Parts: sequence; structure tokens; C-alpha cells
Amino acid sequence: MSETPFLVLSAILFTIGAVGVLTRRNALVLFMCVEMMLNATNLALVTFSRVHGNLDGQVTAFFVMVVAAAEVVVGLAIIVTIFRTRRSASVDDASLLKY
Amino acid sequence: MISAAEFEAPNLEYALLSPLLIVAGAAVLGVLVEAYAPRHLRYLVQVGLTLLTVVGALAATVWVGLSLDTLAEDRARGQIAGAGSVAIDGPSVFLWGTLLVFALLGTLLFAERQLEGGVLGFAGQAAALPGTEAEREASTRGLEHTEVFPLMLFALSGMMLMPASNDLLTMFVALEVLSLPLYLLSGLARRRRLLSQEAALKYFMLGAFSSGFFIYGIALVYGYAGSMQLSDISEAVSGRAGGSSLLLGGIAMMAVGLLFKVGAAPFHAWTPDVYQGAPTAVTAFMAAATKVAAFGAMLRLFYVAFGGARWDWTPMIWVVAILTMVVGSVIALSQTDVKRLLAYSAIAHSGFILTGFVGAQQGSSGPAGIGSVQAVLFYLVTYGFMTIAAFAIVSVVRDGSGEATALTRWAGLGKESPVVAGVFAFLLLGMAGIPLTSGFTGKWAVFASALAGGAWPLVVVAVLMSAVAAFFYIRVIVLMYFSEPVGEGPTVTMPSGLTTIVIAVGFTATLLLGVVPGPVLDLAGAAGELIR
Repeated sequence: MSETPFLVLSAILFTIGAVGVLTRRNALVLFMCVEMMLNATNLALVTFSRVHGNLDGQVTAFFVMVVAAAEVVVGLAIIVTIFRTRRSASVDDASLLKY
Repeated sequence: MISAAEFEAPNLEYALLSPLLIVAGAAVLGVLVEAYAPRHLRYLVQVGLTLLTVVGALAATVWVGLSLDTLAEDRARGQIAGAGSVAIDGPSVFLWGTLLVFALLGTLLFAERQLEGGVLGFAGQAAALPGTEAEREASTRGLEHTEVFPLMLFALSGMMLMPASNDLLTMFVALEVLSLPLYLLSGLARRRRLLSQEAALKYFMLGAFSSGFFIYGIALVYGYAGSMQLSDISEAVSGRAGGSSLLLGGIAMMAVGLLFKVGAAPFHAWTPDVYQGAPTAVTAFMAAATKVAAFGAMLRLFYVAFGGARWDWTPMIWVVAILTMVVGSVIALSQTDVKRLLAYSAIAHSGFILTGFVGAQQGSSGPAGIGSVQAVLFYLVTYGFMTIAAFAIVSVVRDGSGEATALTRWAGLGKESPVVAGVFAFLLLGMAGIPLTSGFTGKWAVFASALAGGAWPLVVVAVLMSAVAAFFYIRVIVLMYFSEPVGEGPTVTMPSGLTTIVIAVGFTATLLLGVVPGPVLDLAGAAGELIR
């Protein structure tokens, strides 16, 4: 079976994630979009692993999941702190630092 | 596919990996200390543990450096360790040493208690909201987060692993281990906590976004080469015949991730915000050490893995280097905050380092035996010392509400404290690249390597932008010495010996590396080339 459909799907998912990060306002949604980019990467890694017939890509996909989990811990801590301080998770409101 | 019966436990070179293992192990130990040591002992235990770790790792690094095998075929020394995932060679060991020295200075700044009246310069209780009863109580009880020391060690272990990583997966994991603690540290300032939290949010969001690009780039390169090992990728790249859109896309996306970390335009937007909002001790450590780690990783990735595709990535780095120098120098002209000013200067310095990086010269063909690797390594050392000392000085110029970072508050500092103003002026001259400072020798090294690599238009832009940059550095000096103080004027709080040592070391290094750069240049030269 051809690998192209999987790669195209992974590229589409990655693009949706990237566009989401650039256009959405809520820090949590932004964060979900980043996670989507990472999961799109996992799809590409597993597909390439299949193409090349070695395990490197699959192992990397596991590491990406672990890193994503660690990122969630740190990211949610920061977002929740910001939310408790400002009563808003909108990234547009966090605008004290500029120019 | 591998069946379970064939599995053999990998052989690890514990002795060669010891600097990494010491730092990572001590970071874990630090977490346990935080859990079990009584509160009043934690500060002493954590500071002692961190200093001991860094000094121990430094000693181990020296030992590893002395015991590296010389490879017969060329000027490289070292070997691949950790079952193929870590390259311990001259440049790795040199960068480890540099990072550990910066971490030592960083620890001293982190441990400073006198400036805030007996507590650390970090939030007393990060979970207590700014301006609430809980925060006031935390402050009255003198609470402090000694977790910052293990967090710094975790970041340090990632920084050390990153330039030594010999496969893409290790590089990605190291990048994350480096970044995650720094996101948290940025948000822990004791004063101006809203700014600090906002800095953490911005750093985290943009950092996670850029590492998304980095890992997708890894996937594409893996798809092209069929392996994560840099040496296999290098082989695949050299032997390619057409049809390399996967490879080019992968190179570009990995470059986005790394250029973000070094703060190169157009991926620099986070730099001023985070440098301004983060606690000054964190900014000092981060500004110096992250750059070392990320440039080290860039050298390895682009020279070793993508060396065969040099003609494809050089134009991209040219554009980024020019843009970075121009953006950094020109926007710095309009800054009114000293931390932001230093941040834009850091961006401009990234551009200068990229100029040397793009030369891609091997050591033997460059002038005076200086190749691109050596030039970049040397520049990173000079830049790091200047930056740490400059931010240390920012932390001692204060008024009633904490650090006085607005430039207008710095007017007349020369009269208030001639020593502090003098040292800061000297460091700024060093950043501007005036002769007899390390900034000049560093710039000379990277420009020479860029010229030898035929990148003369870049050098012309770099020299022009150095002149623009000199203008805003000198503007600050004029402000400190020839302007009348506004209102009550700036005050310099006497720090404890810790910050004083950092400033003194940074000053001495800037002076010595400017007057007698020979020994460190030789050391960078002796590091040799990257192994594959």
C-alpha cells in the first residue's frame, strides 16, 4: 500500500495545528493545536518507519508522546497560573510586554 | 525486525558520559532534597549540592577532555558513545566546559539573597496569586522556592546533551529537557510577577510551537535518510541523486526550531519579552547558556549531517544572518528598557555568530588555523561572560520597587557609583566590539572565518551593523556619565559576595580574552573538528 495518503494526512493535520496556533486566541486551544502538530509528526514517523522497514521512527513516536506529556505538565501549570491571575486564558490579554 | 531473543543490553561508556550523568543525577537528587530536607536547611543544601555538582562535572569534563583519543585521519578527537547517540569529541567537551562555567556563575546569581533583603529573587510561593493575602503571607514568612536549583540543573543537563547528540532523537529530547525548566524559571520572578508570568506564557507557547516544527523536520529527514543517526544521514545526503524535497523541507523545519532557540530573526520575537519578564538571574543564565547549547547543536547538525547539502542551506542562513543583525541592531536603537536593550543586542550577536557559522571553513584552511567551529566556539565564550556580567549589574541597580530597568532611571549612574557604571560601560564596549575587549577578538574570529569562506557581503553587513550597535551601547554610556539624574536618581544596592564574584569574573574574562585571547583560542583550536 502506498505511503502517500498517510503523509498527506499528516501534512494536513500539521497545517491545521500550525494555522490554529497562529489564529486562535485561547491559550488552551493554542496548546491543543501544538499537540496536534506533535501527533501529526507521530503519524509521519510511523509511516516512514514502515517505508524504511526499521524501528527508529516508531521508537521516536513514543518519545514524542512522552515529551508531549511533559510539555502538558509544564504548559498547563503556566496557563492555569495566568488564568488565576488574570481571570482569562486569552493570549491577547497578556500584552504588558511589547516593542 | 528484532526479536526479543536477539536483544543485548547496550554498553555505556560511563566514564566518558560522567559529566552528563553527574548533572542529571544531581538534578534528580535536588528534587529529593526538596521533598525531604527541612525548610530551613534547603537553601544551604541546594546551593551546596548545585555548586558541588557543577564543579564536579567540570572536573570530570577536564578529565574526559584529556583522555579523548586522537583520530588518525584528521584533526578530530573523540569517539561516539552511548550506543551511537552521543558524540564526545573536542567541540562537545569544549562546550560542556563553557556551559558548566556559565552554570557556576548562574548558580551564584540564583543564590543571591542580599538584594531582596534575605530571600531569593524568585517568587516566595509561585502558586500564591500576585497582590493577594496569600502572597503577603508567603512574603512575611520568608518563603522561597529552592526548586530553582534542581530546575537549573535539569536545564543544564539538556544543554550539555544537545550539542553532543549524535542522533536526531537525542537532539530533540535534549532540546525539550533544556527548554521545559527554563519556561518555568521565567515565570518565577519575585517582583513584577504579571510580567514574569506573561514572559513564561509567551516563551512556552512559542517554544512549543517551534519544537513542533523541529520534530516534524526530524520526521521528514528520517523519511529521506531512513535513519536517525547523523552519520547515516550524512551518507544519504552526500550520495543523493535528485528528488530531495523531503530533505530540503526537513532541513528548513529543523532550522526553524534551532534558530528560534538562538533568537535569530524572524524567530526572535520572544527574546525581548522573555529577557525582560524573567527574573534577571534566569535571564543571565539563559541568555548565555541557551545560545551555547543551540549553536553547538546547529554546528553538529549542519556540518555533520547536512554537510553534503551545504549549497542548499547556505543561502537560507545568509538571509537569516543578515535579517538578524539588522533587526537586532536597528530595533535596539529605540529601546527604553535596559533588559530589552540587552535582549536586542543578544539578537544582533546571534547574527554575528551566524556569520561565522555560514563560513563553514575547516580549521586547516582558515587563517591562523581558525575554522568556523573554532570561531563560533570562541565567540560563544566571550559573549557568555559579557552577558552574564551585564545582567548581574542590571540586578544591582535598584529603586524602591525592585530593579530599575527603565533606561531613564540609569541617568547619572556614573556619579552614584563610578565602579558599577564603569564596569557596565566596559562590558557594553565589549559587546560593541571595541579593541582590547573580548568582543573585538570574538568578532575578529567569526569575521575572519566568514571571509575565508567567501561570505564577504555578510561581513560588510556585519561591520555596518556593529557600527549601528556601537551607537546604542555608547548612548547608554553617555546617559550614565553625562546626564543629570532624574528625581532621586538610581541607587546601587550592595550585593553579597555572590553577585560581586560574577561581575568580577565576567569583567576579568572580557578584559583578559581581549588582551590575551591566545590560550582560549588555542583551546578552541585544540578541540578540533566535529566527529561523525
